[in-house]
Amino acid sequence: MINASLKQLSSQLAGKKISSVELTQLYLDRIAALNPELNAYVTLNPETSLAQARAADVRLAQGKGAALTGIPIAQKDIFCAQGWRTTCGSRMLENFVAPYDAHVISQFNNAGAVNLGKTNMDEFAMGSSNETSYFGAVKNPWNHKAVPGGSSGGTAAAVAARLCAAATGTDTGGSIRQPAALCGISGLKPTYGVVSRYGMIAFASSLDQAGPMARSAEDLALLLNVMAGFDERDSTSLQRETEDYARDLAKPLNGLRIGLPKEFFAAGLSADVGAAVEAAIAEYKKLGATVVDISLPNSRLSIPVYYVLAPAEASSNLSRFDGVRYGYRAPEYSDLTDMYEKSRAQGFGAEVKRRIMIGTYVLSHGYYDAYYLQAQKIRRLIAQDFVEAYKYCDVIMGPTSPTTAFNLGEKGDDPVQMYLSDIYTIAVNLAGLPGMSIPCGLGTNGMPVGLQIIGNYFDEARMLNVAHQYQLATDWHQKAPAGVNSDK
Amino acid sequence: MQWEIVIGLEVHAQLSTKSKIFSAASTAFGAEPNTQADAVSLALPGVLPVLNKGAVERAIKFGLATGAHIAPRSVFARKNYFYPDLPKGYQISQMDLPVVGQGALTIQVPAVGKAEPYEKVVRLTRAHLEEDAGKSLHEDFHGMTGIDLNRAGTPLLEIVSEPDMCSAAEAIAYAKTLHTLVRWIGICDGNMQEGSFRCDVNVSVRKPGGELGTRREIKNLNSFKFMQQAIDYEVQWQIDTIENGGKVQQATVLFNPDTGETRAMRSKEDAHDYRYFPDPDLLPLVIGKEWVEQLRATMPELPQAKQVRYVQDLGLSAYDAATLTASREMADFFEATLAAINPSPSLPLSGEGAAVSSPVKGRLGGVDAKLCANWIIGEVSAQLNRDNLEMNQCPITSQQLGGMLARIADGTISNSGAKEVFRAMWSEGGSADAIIEAKGLKQVSDTGALEAMVDEIMAANADKVAEYRSGKDKLFGFFVGLAMKASKGKANPAQMNEILKRKLAG
Repeated sequence: MINASLKQLSSQLAGKKISSVELTQLYLDRIAALNPELNAYVTLNPETSLAQARAADVRLAQGKGAALTGIPIAQKDIFCAQGWRTTCGSRMLENFVAPYDAHVISQFNNAGAVNLGKTNMDEFAMGSSNETSYFGAVKNPWNHKAVPGGSSGGTAAAVAARLCAAATGTDTGGSIRQPAALCGISGLKPTYGVVSRYGMIAFASSLDQAGPMARSAEDLALLLNVMAGFDERDSTSLQRETEDYARDLAKPLNGLRIGLPKEFFAAGLSADVGAAVEAAIAEYKKLGATVVDISLPNSRLSIPVYYVLAPAEASSNLSRFDGVRYGYRAPEYSDLTDMYEKSRAQGFGAEVKRRIMIGTYVLSHGYYDAYYLQAQKIRRLIAQDFVEAYKYCDVIMGPTSPTTAFNLGEKGDDPVQMYLSDIYTIAVNLAGLPGMSIPCGLGTNGMPVGLQIIGNYFDEARMLNVAHQYQLATDWHQKAPAGVNSDK
Repeated sequence: MQWEIVIGLEVHAQLSTKSKIFSAASTAFGAEPNTQADAVSLALPGVLPVLNKGAVERAIKFGLATGAHIAPRSVFARKNYFYPDLPKGYQISQMDLPVVGQGALTIQVPAVGKAEPYEKVVRLTRAHLEEDAGKSLHEDFHGMTGIDLNRAGTPLLEIVSEPDMCSAAEAIAYAKTLHTLVRWIGICDGNMQEGSFRCDVNVSVRKPGGELGTRREIKNLNSFKFMQQAIDYEVQWQIDTIENGGKVQQATVLFNPDTGETRAMRSKEDAHDYRYFPDPDLLPLVIGKEWVEQLRATMPELPQAKQVRYVQDLGLSAYDAATLTASREMADFFEATLAAINPSPSLPLSGEGAAVSSPVKGRLGGVDAKLCANWIIGEVSAQLNRDNLEMNQCPITSQQLGGMLARIADGTISNSGAKEVFRAMWSEGGSADAIIEAKGLKQVSDTGALEAMVDEIMAANADKVAEYRSGKDKLFGFFVGLAMKASKGKANPAQMNEILKRKLAG
């Protein structure tokens, strides 16, 4: 049951082979057994989850079930869910109970899915290892000494350890794709604007995008069908016709042109990851694809550009956490300024404070032109590189992350080394393109390797087709960490 | 020494939308604290702004009314600073690309002392959309501060002028003209007590023709009287400071109505670095030509255009024309009354929109217009003042007043009779004709009756008739008096004069 696809689960639920309550309880039991070690979830509400499951069972009994009705989904703790504690991985929101539902949450609720719990994450989604969470690091289910990646590390670990049927993540610079790669699961960051950001706690508004994380491309398609769609409450949400992201899954790949950017296979890429990605490309050739060498000359600037723009937006987005209306307030202070300073000093962790300071600096009078404006110009050049590249190919492929999962604490003292783990993913956010990661092998240490697939704007259905055909031909996506692959 | 005064204004006009600029929460004034603070007003985690189209429409209307450039693309920016009543820690405003660009406003500066009244054009630098902050409440919280976020997110249009004004009189004329205009075009209720129209005044002084002096900004003036006092005080303070060898430091000052003084609240040194940058939650505001043209078609005739028309087509004085256009309600009342004096469906008096057909002079204009203007500026305004009423609360309708003026024009009632009719109408209502009938105010215009009356008077005063005829013209008034008395005041004076003159001449 825990290895069943969403499609299989859906038909079992519809056929009354299992009830949503039973399925939910199965996962709650697994979470109770495994989560104390993995720390993938920060908040559980079994009563609420089971009540949703009972409602789903009623709906299923009435024959009114939809694709995800009754299926237990884990939600990254960045989405506000009414009545649920919503922490964003921060002490600042340790006791914040959201009074409303994010768009993503209400889409799942309307579909009849069960909210299984809120997953751990880097504080305010700032991190690549899930080590900046106020609620402690998450362990990689494949190796408990290794990080799961971040910032959607809790979600990636929960999916990999079969602690949920599927889950949500968000991706500002690689936060869906990198943890998906490091935990051996599939994850998709849609085109910017496809999924509404309403109710998703903002890190860097012009880059943030929610997306699904699951065990297969087929599952991702079903989840994206629920998550995507125009929402008038988000001005950057795109008004497009509803599409079925699963419509092209079965298409053969004959004639598919895969672009391989030379910059993604240069120094810095570890040999075992490179080899696994090369093997995947070889598999695609067997499936009828051709390969084109391309170049994304400005992508080398994506990390510096990102670490100007994202902190700039974050420094402003996080100003609302001031201790005045909700969230953490220092127990003692002498006056208003002292209240702000102490509340924010105590409520935010080191990485968040670092980025607020960087962002404040680059927006300051006298520095704005040299940093913020300059970075915006380069951002356009990076996007232009992709436009040029897509004249010669249909999808771009490469590694998701330069290495397999590194060890907990390994990069804690060196933020720049940590930032470099997102070197292949960040340009995609800067360009607003859709990107995904699927498992494509194991490294020399036995840890999963992710293949990144980058599509053109709104090409999610094609990317899912490309990923699904690979998953029909290979079984990397079915590999599970030792010790979790049982129904007990 | 002679000093030249340089004044520029920044006016925050609260736009009259029902909901806030970036959310659906109500903007109604006076609700219990925080009852109009929705998730967006509270800046809960995850909420996003969605621009209110009505606020943009009002900004466009303002641009149209001032002949300003309306930006086809403008950008919202975040102005970052911490304050408890600023829930997001930033205000959404516009910085580099405002929705309304350069425009102009013509003002009439009234006579002050010996100076003649004159007209002046004040250039507008820009007008931009932004959200208001909430309120900090320092009373009744035992050493703590209360926060009311009802006002947070209320739409404002910040209207910035060039430093074109060189006296308090000009600054006030500008502020009043602007105040009239925003109400006239229906974008702001102009309620200054409730803070719907707030003025920041930048003042500096310089030697004539010299370099601009350092300015100080008087914040948040919410009455024209305070504005006058604050500018007068500030100008004198700056002159005194310089003449005593001091230097004016750039600063923000507050006016204290109790002392009549201005006082610095912060200097330039502790000015904030607001770290403006484009708000990534909002797309650039794109305004197409069609939208602008749609709104242009709904624009009312503006006060200045009306003034010109009143003078040229209706033959009113410039003063009357300016007075009648002090508010849209007054102008509307005037035009409706004038139409009621002489209803003529083929001659629309005025209209909304660009195509206004002027009435033919002499029919609706001329005498009738002057009569109508006199009554509205005179009796009606005075009575409204006495009863503390606004034009739109006037107990007499334009139909009623027009009916009465028609009876003056056709000689049915005298001016003194009209005043009686007016008083009755004001307190008890009813049409002029009914009141004239009930009170017997109809003038005697029956020539036969008037002639008989005159004959009788002349017979009884034969000696005076003889004196008159021997050249004592002044006795004419004596006969008029007797005649009016005999008619109990109801004689048509013009007719009576004519008969007297004729009969006395012999």
